[in-house]
Amino acid sequence: MTAIVPRLTASFDDAPLTLVRRRWRPGLLLLLLVAFVGLPWLGNDYWLNAILIPFLVLSLAGLGLNLLTGYTGQTSVGAAGFMAVGAFATYGLLLRVPGLPLPLALLGGGVIAGLVGLLFGIPSSRIKGFYLMVTTLASQFFLEWVFAKFPWFYNYASSGTISAPRLELLGHNLSSPVGRYLLTLSCVVLLTWVAVNLVRSQVGRNWMAIRDMDTAAAVIGIAVERDKRMAFAVSSFYLGIAGALWAFAYLGTASAGSFDINRSFQILFIIIIGGMGSIAGSFIGAAFISLVPILLSHAGQWLFNGNVDAGQLQNLQKVLFGGLIIWFLIKEPEGLARLLGDLRERIRVWPLRF
Amino acid sequence: MNFFLETLIGGLLAGTLYSLVAIGFVLIYKASGVFNFAQGAMLLFAALTFVSLREQGLSFALALVLTVLVMIVGALLIERLVLRPLVNRSQITLFMATLGLSFIIEGLAQGLMGAQVHALDLGIEDVPLFVGEIMVSQFDVIAAGVSGLTVAVLALLFNKTRIGVALRAVADDTRAALSLGINLNRIWQIVWAVAGVVGLVAGLLWGARQGVQFSLSLVGLKALPVLIIGGFTSIGGAIVGGLIVGAAENLAEAYIGPLIGGGITPWFAYFLALIFLYIRPSGLFGDRIIERV
Amino acid sequence: MHATFKRSLAAISLALGACATLVPAAQAANEQFFPLATYRVGAYASSGIPVWAGMIDYLRYINDVEGGINGVKLVWQECETEWTAEKGIECYERFKNGLNGAPVAVYQPNGAPAAYALADKAEADRIPLITLGYGRTEATDGRVFPYNFPAMLTFYSEASAFINYVAEREGGLDKLKGKKIATVYHDSAYGRETQGPLALLAQKYGFENIQIAVADPGNEQAGQWRQVRQLKPDWVFLRTWGVSTPVAIKTAARFGYPVERIVGDIWASSNEDVLPAGEAGKGYLALTPYPGGADFDIHQRIRQYILDTGKSDLKDPKSFGSVYYNSGLVNAAIAVEAIRTGQKKFGNRPLNGEEGRWGLEHLDLNDARLKEIGFLGLMQPLKLSCSDHEGGGAAKVQQWDGQQWKLITDWVQADRATLRPLIDAKAAEYAKEKGVTARDCAAQ
Repeated sequence: MTAIVPRLTASFDDAPLTLVRRRWRPGLLLLLLVAFVGLPWLGNDYWLNAILIPFLVLSLAGLGLNLLTGYTGQTSVGAAGFMAVGAFATYGLLLRVPGLPLPLALLGGGVIAGLVGLLFGIPSSRIKGFYLMVTTLASQFFLEWVFAKFPWFYNYASSGTISAPRLELLGHNLSSPVGRYLLTLSCVVLLTWVAVNLVRSQVGRNWMAIRDMDTAAAVIGIAVERDKRMAFAVSSFYLGIAGALWAFAYLGTASAGSFDINRSFQILFIIIIGGMGSIAGSFIGAAFISLVPILLSHAGQWLFNGNVDAGQLQNLQKVLFGGLIIWFLIKEPEGLARLLGDLRERIRVWPLRF
Repeated sequence: MNFFLETLIGGLLAGTLYSLVAIGFVLIYKASGVFNFAQGAMLLFAALTFVSLREQGLSFALALVLTVLVMIVGALLIERLVLRPLVNRSQITLFMATLGLSFIIEGLAQGLMGAQVHALDLGIEDVPLFVGEIMVSQFDVIAAGVSGLTVAVLALLFNKTRIGVALRAVADDTRAALSLGINLNRIWQIVWAVAGVVGLVAGLLWGARQGVQFSLSLVGLKALPVLIIGGFTSIGGAIVGGLIVGAAENLAEAYIGPLIGGGITPWFAYFLALIFLYIRPSGLFGDRIIERV
Repeated sequence: MHATFKRSLAAISLALGACATLVPAAQAANEQFFPLATYRVGAYASSGIPVWAGMIDYLRYINDVEGGINGVKLVWQECETEWTAEKGIECYERFKNGLNGAPVAVYQPNGAPAAYALADKAEADRIPLITLGYGRTEATDGRVFPYNFPAMLTFYSEASAFINYVAEREGGLDKLKGKKIATVYHDSAYGRETQGPLALLAQKYGFENIQIAVADPGNEQAGQWRQVRQLKPDWVFLRTWGVSTPVAIKTAARFGYPVERIVGDIWASSNEDVLPAGEAGKGYLALTPYPGGADFDIHQRIRQYILDTGKSDLKDPKSFGSVYYNSGLVNAAIAVEAIRTGQKKFGNRPLNGEEGRWGLEHLDLNDARLKEIGFLGLMQPLKLSCSDHEGGGAAKVQQWDGQQWKLITDWVQADRATLRPLIDAKAAEYAKEKGVTARDCAAQ
């Protein structure tokens, strides 16, 4: 190795190669391979239907809310309302526009949800903090009421539910568990890629500036009102598609009650536990929220041979969740994503201390 | 005309119950700057404790005293385990902590005291009274009276006692209060305990009206529009806000409801709040928030 | 502190992960699996808990006292659904393949959201769903819905039974003309289900049909009952559920509407619904296909063998004989009898879903059989078939006296013939939307 004379003004080409910037992370590729090929081949009905699909849909929803609350700092408890818009809009499009291919219907549902989000985001220009949270609560209750009240939305079905139309793509029937899983996975991967690029762009940086201190952001010339509204729109777009997938790829049916305030809280918990302001955090939080109840239930069956009161287990889970939220807020406000990131760093520099 | 007056008066009286719930929020927000989402859950817990104690055979007074003690202990625990570690954090963080707290309290309430619905008999018969031609509910009148009494007691507390003055000092300017030697932790414990007791009173009244069970905690969500309209930091505002929300809701359900098919109660109050937010973001009586960079 | 926290987190997650993948216990042959999708927490828990107690007590009785169904022992497991669709699906997916080799013959989703969500899945998996007293009314037409059984009473039949009872009280169907009948309903699919049949019956008999909506959850009903007070209907049909029922009763009393003129629907008819209303509930009427009371034959048997020996699932012995407890008994009995019927054809062994469906479609419980199993008076005679998945269509009317329910009628039959065209039309609409061809029942 030749001696490198340090120069104060080194151009990029002269800089020594100390950092290898991996463009293609092998870990990510492996994960995608497993997800697309391995899991459908290995997975059984139960895992696909009851665990993986909801996990993916919740991650997408968490991602959407994260864009609004985590990156732009606008607290919203109305996530489920926009999911409902997406679900019912997609249903309406598939029902009323004959021959519309599924991806366009999903996109259309997302766009309509985005527009509704834009509408409910208008108050954000004047209202901040808690008051904005109350506005989103208003949107949640209102949207829930609209989809329960007006039979046009669910095609006058007496059950008040919308059911999955034939899920077809290019002639392939997607209504099998594997088909629905692949549909959901593709949507999630695509939208995550878009989100990652979005938060790394100027738009994302504007959002983070607004989150940190919007008055200062306005001072340096960011169009705060416009960007806030865009955050609402984009976030609602994601939530809309998540809602459509929830209704059609997972449950098979949906009604206004599937998208109530508890769902909104669930998604808020996903991003609090997973990590606000982190894309990976949405996934980690969703994994947590969807897996822990099932683990607890199985653990209860296994440990006590089925003699435990299922109700008490449920109460225990509620207390556990509440406790975890407080714990995370106290100890690690950036959530599991930060914790796991720290873990990864420790492993990387092991045996040195972090 | 009679129908209108009946609806109006009924709404105003119902509104006093909303105010009672809202006052619990205001107390905590004033003194600790925390928006306590768990107020509804505290209401449920207090009502359930009282009813369970009564069903064990305890007298009204004894059950009441014991429940008050339970709420005080709860306030102490909350202050120690949740508020103190989160001191100086952003409002949103504290709000989300109270969200988690509401889950814990709900889980404990159901876990410890079961999921059955309980009847709560306060000895007030819910029969119609007639003021001239207008029908008024006896229960509503008594409930309004109790709310008024609570507000009067709180007013006395805040204005005439040393603790009350200290509370107001903390609400006004925390740092100045600290520099005077006021023990912040003690103040928070007291405020949360008082809020718990107010929650108990509200829980008893609401529970007598609709039975004590799980959805009692949803009443907390109804208080939000009241707070928006009246302001987060004013008890008087909570009262006025409650009256406005109660009256508006009932009138809207009676007159606008039939036009859209009825059942608009869940969200009408929120829309009203939205309109208020546009005109006066900090509420009718709240403090204006000045943001500095 | 940070490090130990992370270490303990890692340890806990590993432990939980290990638990989830552990191999289950040894295979259990010759047992029939009864999945129990329950709800013991959440807003409706108080209505659910006595139901599961009734079911489990009856299953235990069958096992311990009768030695199973013709020697085939029953095994059951609970799964919490919180009355939501997604948990309902998760429980179904977990259970549909049976437990340790014991197959599933029939499945009860126990909740309208889950019932709707599972309709297509159960059809694909060939497992019959029993939705007693809820679920899709149009599934009565078994030709379009081969795996959906809204057994015993649907909401359409309930509406008709209500009108027939009112007619009885008024002195005849012809006396209904000009009367005002208001329905205060929970503003959901459940509440709206009876609008269709009531409109048809109003047309037929000439009464005025008023519909008043109560928004979920129904904590506040002042506006609605003020309206009722203004309109002064002769009868009120209360189609609420959960907290909206006691609030309705109390609010009615507050506005001076006589509670003896309010008839509650089958989901507003249990002790847990009226107790919170306190004094105001005295005199309240309710329809029920499984009346309250602990004096029926089956109760004596269960009291002797299960309750007094401490084997009951009931934590609160006061609920023994409550309407919801009895509904659990009836639900379990129908499932057991369906399997018994199926065993007559397929042999005395555990049955799978397809065989369970055959059993359901050939279920015939007449008075003699009901007496044998101890359900005479508690359950109505039931005969299901390929084209008729409901079978019964009758309810009794009971009155609350402050302490318990007193039966004031015998079985009030619904006018199923008048309503059947409505049901067939809805079923045909569904078949068209989904592209399903109706079965030919003659060929079965």
